[in-house]
Amino acid sequence: MEKVQQLSIFAENRPGRLEKITRVLGENGINILATAIVSTNGFGVIKFMVDKCDLALAKLREAGFTVSLSEVLAIEMKDKPGGLHDVVQILSEKGVNIENASVYVAESRKRAYLLVEVKDIEKAKQQLKNSGLTFLGAKQQAPA
Amino acid sequence: MTKRYWQKDIETISRRSLEDLQVKRLRSVFSRLYRTVPNFQSKCRESGVKPSDIESLKDIVKIPFTTSEDLRGGYPDGLLAVSRDKAVRLHTSSGTTGKPKALFFTKKDINQSADLIARCLTMTGTGSGDVLQNMMTYGLFTGAMVMHYGAEKVGALVIPAGPGSTERQVALMKDFGTTAVHILPSYALYIATFMARHGMDPRKDLSLKRAYMGAEPYSEKTRQKIESIYGIDVYNCYGLTEMNGPGVAFDCMERSGLHLWEDQFILEIIDPATGQQLPDGEQGELVLTTLCREAMPIMRYRTRDITRVKPGKCPCGRTHRRISRILGRTDDMFIIRGVNIFPQQIENVLMGIRGVAQNYQIVLESLDDITIRVEIASDMFDGNIERLLAIKKEIIEKVRSSVLVRPDVELLEPGTLPVADGKAKRVIDERTL
Repeated sequence: MEKVQQLSIFAENRPGRLEKITRVLGENGINILATAIVSTNGFGVIKFMVDKCDLALAKLREAGFTVSLSEVLAIEMKDKPGGLHDVVQILSEKGVNIENASVYVAESRKRAYLLVEVKDIEKAKQQLKNSGLTFLGAKQQAPA
Repeated sequence: MTKRYWQKDIETISRRSLEDLQVKRLRSVFSRLYRTVPNFQSKCRESGVKPSDIESLKDIVKIPFTTSEDLRGGYPDGLLAVSRDKAVRLHTSSGTTGKPKALFFTKKDINQSADLIARCLTMTGTGSGDVLQNMMTYGLFTGAMVMHYGAEKVGALVIPAGPGSTERQVALMKDFGTTAVHILPSYALYIATFMARHGMDPRKDLSLKRAYMGAEPYSEKTRQKIESIYGIDVYNCYGLTEMNGPGVAFDCMERSGLHLWEDQFILEIIDPATGQQLPDGEQGELVLTTLCREAMPIMRYRTRDITRVKPGKCPCGRTHRRISRILGRTDDMFIIRGVNIFPQQIENVLMGIRGVAQNYQIVLESLDDITIRVEIASDMFDGNIERLLAIKKEIIEKVRSSVLVRPDVELLEPGTLPVADGKAKRVIDERTL
């Protein structure tokens, strides 16, 4: 099972924060593959899966953002009715709890991935070893 | 072996001899001031005190207080006790409102204040071979100049960097192997953040051994935080322009209170409301009298700083009494729901919580509500929002149990709050009462 990484950025809820983050990514030629925003009263955490993780981490830090990089599971889904259900059913059967999730559509109408954050990734990997699920790897996350 | 004392005889003088010296000096300076400064004399006449009334240290209470308003009233040179051509330096203390306070120094005054700093540096291990980077503001403010002269006196190499230009500060520290810094606590924290952002580790990339910090109130927890980030010893430095600037009182290596140089100053702690003297150990306003100053002696100056005398002898051998770190300013205290609160109480809580960065603000919006705005520590962030919510809850609960008022808490991105080449503004009072 290969590593897929996700950036998390701490942001106060105020106008212009997301715009500034996406500008840093855009100006540095970093492609966003998937996005999720978790927000609460006052602040939020913005999650990105990008093609150049290390560059994005460095550039965002340089711009003064509070960023962390963490590993997520990227599970292949069939882009058809019930595709998400099939994956989630397996996770549920294997006892893997989803902390946060977002979707990366690799090829429209063909291939999509469910990005799943879990508390203990090593344990989750063990639990899903013989689940029949297909995972995205680091090579496929990096730019072609 | 490194030198332990700069002026051993006076630093370790017996209490009895010290008090004799104080009385002698007090009588002499009081009568000189009475003779030479008409403003002062008329004030004493109003209080009914004349030089012959001062026979023992206890008689000091007969002398009227000097307030910062008195010093402003004397601007520019109404309180000068020597002819103006004897003064060789002028400093001013900025007032947030109205006129500044102007302070004159003779050659002897300059030399004495440098000697006090030399005592402080020697007692904390700085001497020849050390490189002291002075990051306080050079100019009208006393902070940098007085330290500079004292550091040269003990033979340290002084880098007069002044504040700001953080990138250059770091380069100077690295290139010249700076071993000691004189710096504002808020700026030390800022430099640490800056270094972390640029992938540097102060413990590995610098040769620092110690820092001298003062000029703005900061808590014991902040001191510990700075010590662990940099891997150094932090010594508290107390002073104020009206009393020469830094070096009035200073931590020794025991760091259990700041020795206040009682051969040069008479120290009193008073109840700020009544003006009555308080016994050692009780918290109150620090009042200082200069004993040796030529150009502008000042009697019973109300510093507005809150502290207490630490009773007992210090193992370092110095006999001059110690004061605790400054607990607050009589001006900074605010009242919420009838509770007196000093910003340092809140700072102390914040600095003990993991995940909280150095910078914070207290916003007062009404008589009942207090909002604490605090930056999160970027190295603690792992993308987990529950963790952030837990930090927020911890702050609310710990502050409530410390000051008995439940605050609102806003978590901010690091670098959001204004810092800090100068003094950080911690309390924002938006109340219109």
